[in-house]
Amino acid sequence: MSQTVFRTRDLTKVYVTGAIEVHALRGVDFEAAAGEFVVLLGPSGSGKSTFLNIIGGLDRATSGEAWFTDHELSRFSDRELTLYRRDHVGFVFQFYNLVPSLTARENVALVTEIARDPMRPEEALAIVGLKERMDHFPAQLSGGEQQRVAIARAIAKRPQVLLCDEPTGALDSRTGVLVLEALTQVNEQLGATTLIITHNVAIQDIAHRVVHFGNGRIVSSNLVAERKPASSISW
Amino acid sequence: MSALHIKLLRDLVRLWPQALAIAFVLAAGAATLILGIGAYQSLSETRAAYYERNRFADVFADLTRAPKIIEDEIARIPGVASAETRIAKIALLDLPAVAEPASAMFVSIPDLHEQKLDLLYMRSGRLPLPGDENEVVVSEPFAKANHFTIGSTFEAILNGRKRTLRVTGTALSPEFIYSLGPYGLIPDDRRYGIVWMREKALAAAYDLTGAFSSVTLKLTRGASEAAAIERLDGILARYGGLGAHGRRDQTSHAFLDAELQQLKAMSRILPPVFLLVAAFLVNMTLSRLILLEREQIGLLKALGYSGLAVGWHYLEFALAIAVVGIAIGIGAGTWLGFGMTKLYAEFYHFPFLVFRTDPAIYVIAGGVTLAAAAAGAVRAVRDVVALPPAVAMSPPAPAVYRRLLPEAFYAFLAIPQSLVMVTRHLMRWPVRTVSSILGIALAVSVLVGSLWAFGSTEFMIDVTYNRAERQNATISFVRERSMPAYYDALSLPGVLTAEPYRSVPVRIYHGPIERRIAISGKPASADLSRVLGADLMPVRMPETGIALSDALAKILKAKVGDMVEVEILERDRRRATLPVTGIIEGYLGLNAYMNLPALNRLMREGAVISGVNLLYDTGRQDELFKRLKATPVANFIALQRTTLTNFRDTLQQNLLIMITVYVSLGMIIAFGVVYNFARISLSEQGRELASLRVLGFHKSEVSAILLSELAVLTIAAQPLGWAIGHLFAWAMVQGFNSELYRVPLVVERSVYAWASVIVLGSALISGLIVRRRIDRLDLIEVLKTRE
Repeated sequence: MSQTVFRTRDLTKVYVTGAIEVHALRGVDFEAAAGEFVVLLGPSGSGKSTFLNIIGGLDRATSGEAWFTDHELSRFSDRELTLYRRDHVGFVFQFYNLVPSLTARENVALVTEIARDPMRPEEALAIVGLKERMDHFPAQLSGGEQQRVAIARAIAKRPQVLLCDEPTGALDSRTGVLVLEALTQVNEQLGATTLIITHNVAIQDIAHRVVHFGNGRIVSSNLVAERKPASSISW
Repeated sequence: MSALHIKLLRDLVRLWPQALAIAFVLAAGAATLILGIGAYQSLSETRAAYYERNRFADVFADLTRAPKIIEDEIARIPGVASAETRIAKIALLDLPAVAEPASAMFVSIPDLHEQKLDLLYMRSGRLPLPGDENEVVVSEPFAKANHFTIGSTFEAILNGRKRTLRVTGTALSPEFIYSLGPYGLIPDDRRYGIVWMREKALAAAYDLTGAFSSVTLKLTRGASEAAAIERLDGILARYGGLGAHGRRDQTSHAFLDAELQQLKAMSRILPPVFLLVAAFLVNMTLSRLILLEREQIGLLKALGYSGLAVGWHYLEFALAIAVVGIAIGIGAGTWLGFGMTKLYAEFYHFPFLVFRTDPAIYVIAGGVTLAAAAAGAVRAVRDVVALPPAVAMSPPAPAVYRRLLPEAFYAFLAIPQSLVMVTRHLMRWPVRTVSSILGIALAVSVLVGSLWAFGSTEFMIDVTYNRAERQNATISFVRERSMPAYYDALSLPGVLTAEPYRSVPVRIYHGPIERRIAISGKPASADLSRVLGADLMPVRMPETGIALSDALAKILKAKVGDMVEVEILERDRRRATLPVTGIIEGYLGLNAYMNLPALNRLMREGAVISGVNLLYDTGRQDELFKRLKATPVANFIALQRTTLTNFRDTLQQNLLIMITVYVSLGMIIAFGVVYNFARISLSEQGRELASLRVLGFHKSEVSAILLSELAVLTIAAQPLGWAIGHLFAWAMVQGFNSELYRVPLVVERSVYAWASVIVLGSALISGLIVRRRIDRLDLIEVLKTRE
């Protein structure tokens, strides 16, 4: 078994708003190995996004442990969490979150300028197949293209982990497949541990492992017996 | 309350910092309007009421000596309501507590009947007993400055004889509201006062029993002042009349007029600036609010609200802010206006104060403030009215950015992407960017346009007292004397050098324009009291002809080579025509200069002088002052350095108040503009900035993006602000200038620097306040929502 990248023990998260307590995570134990491609499935409110945010260094757990390699994330200061995100984590979001005033290339450069050992923006865009359109502004790109720019931006720093929250949520099937292809390709080429949150059951076939969330817990975790290429799925 | 009104209230509460920042700018506009117009009206009314109640005269004339019998003849001049003859003389005083020689204007009050004109306003004590030779009433400021109480005594040299006078009362007079001695810059109450004596006593002292030396007239409503002056001059010509004049040439009245004119000038420049900035802020904020509320606007319209109803809702938002601004502005304006009027009243020693709260001012201030807010809102509201509900309910089209320079350029310069974001965001909304720059520039300009005055005053002082009038004392003789008097002055203790001068009152004519001035005769080689050319360098007095001060030349529309006519108001009252041979630079008063021998030739007299300018060794001034206090030949001794010190003291006091007011006003604008811009920019880019935080940008790196945007605006605004400020200063100079003094337009570099420092400081503060919001951006929320 290769090296463990993520490990959580009894991870809980309680949101308190006024008198109401919402238990988003109720004790999650999870591990992911280097290079693993994991799909996280589950209904809305099952805790998958909260989990991804905590291991991505965007949020803090209420209790329990979350380890990235041999670092305990809950002991990181705000500044250390920022550096963790900057150096190790690539994010891809449902709504792309590109900077509209920057072209595709510049959006990628935004990250390569602050990363430690980045690839060139053009290289990252080539990986996602967008070399031809790299001087376009987000408003001039389709949704799928924008999401691929977001992927290029996430991978350009050569992250150890790639965290994607509903990356195809806003896309149609055909475009979504292109995005998934890009993600599997990156996972293979760079060996980045990839976690993808989705509602879309069809996507589970491209993963090494599928983890089901329900009511703040991991309900099941199954290895995919026969992994399919992204191009072969549709929904 | 309707649902829309509840929404309005909640919007205001939610956006309160921005709304308040705008309200403050509007308030500053309303306040400066009320302050300026209010103080102007209050002072005008106070002066008018004072003049009315105490029967301030309309026409004034001094003469050598005329028998009282002609008073009837004067009273019969058509248009004259009443005439009062009296004795008025300036004399030296020897005050126990004042080391320097002091002077007073001695004015007689009738023995047997009440005063008819320029009634005294008794502040304490009583009038002198008729027939008493030593009892006097003194002007209240003079009494206060010298700590005189009823019963205090002091000595005066009346007509060459020393007398001990006893104070029986203190009073104010509409004639001497601003009691300025000869060569004065501002009143020096310690060294110059007004002393009222019974007519018989003063007449006895000056050998004027049965005669008078001054007459004042009150004219009937609608009577011609010019005609009355002409008739009066005709009557007095035989008696050494020095030329009658109206209120325009009455010192106290003229200075008050100049002050009122300044107030008016200020109230015309500041309020429009604030209202303009406020209108733009309303526009900026409302446009953004409407963009954020597109869906709600669509929904309201879909629910059946008319376009006008929804538009009115947003207009109400602007008007509600204006109402808050008006309330603050009225409060601040009234309070400051009252304070300022009181300050003026104290400075001028008005016996009472009419603080006019003319409802019209408030209606006007409220009206223009509402109008400014509405004008700012109009475009945004028009968009709301025009927005079809179906379009409104779908999200706005994404902002389209364009690249202004080729890719290679950015790559070549290795400009960080964060900076590219800044420039593109600023370029994306050019109107907003430019108007923000203009707004900040106006903050700078308000400061430049007000702080310059202090440097200019210093410059005026430097030119007047270091380049032109370099003497430290001027002795003015009771009457003209021959040259030996000059040598006497030279031999006074401590005197290093001295120069004689002659002063002759004239009326000067060029075409239809005439002015009443004094011609100063100076030696051609004058080195103490010099005349300056256009480049402010000393020039030699022309041997012949007359040199006019720049201000006088402008009024007379005369230039070198023109012929002007002078009517001598002394002696034989001859008229003579003189060529203009020079234009002299100077800031105080309307002046004309001649070579001393030439002036004496014009007068058909020998070497005669009116006084002497001195430069003395300040180490021996006690000795000198002691001698001067007792000299029978002088009636007034000006001490230029003391005058200057007084002037600076007064300036310092005003300086602090003025600087506080203007700096606050400048900061309100700068803060209002920068804060609103930052909040709107944050609202537009909050999502992007939060995304950058997610991508691993530090808080400082993210806030740097927004702060650089503010920095670009603020820095770009500086030169523009300097230029506009210079323009304001120029406009104020035009408003300030009067025949009494002109203000040179000198804007020192330090003025620009301070204006910028203050504005940059306020911008920084508002930037830092917004920065706290950037630090608290919700990273998770931004990922979940589509804009």
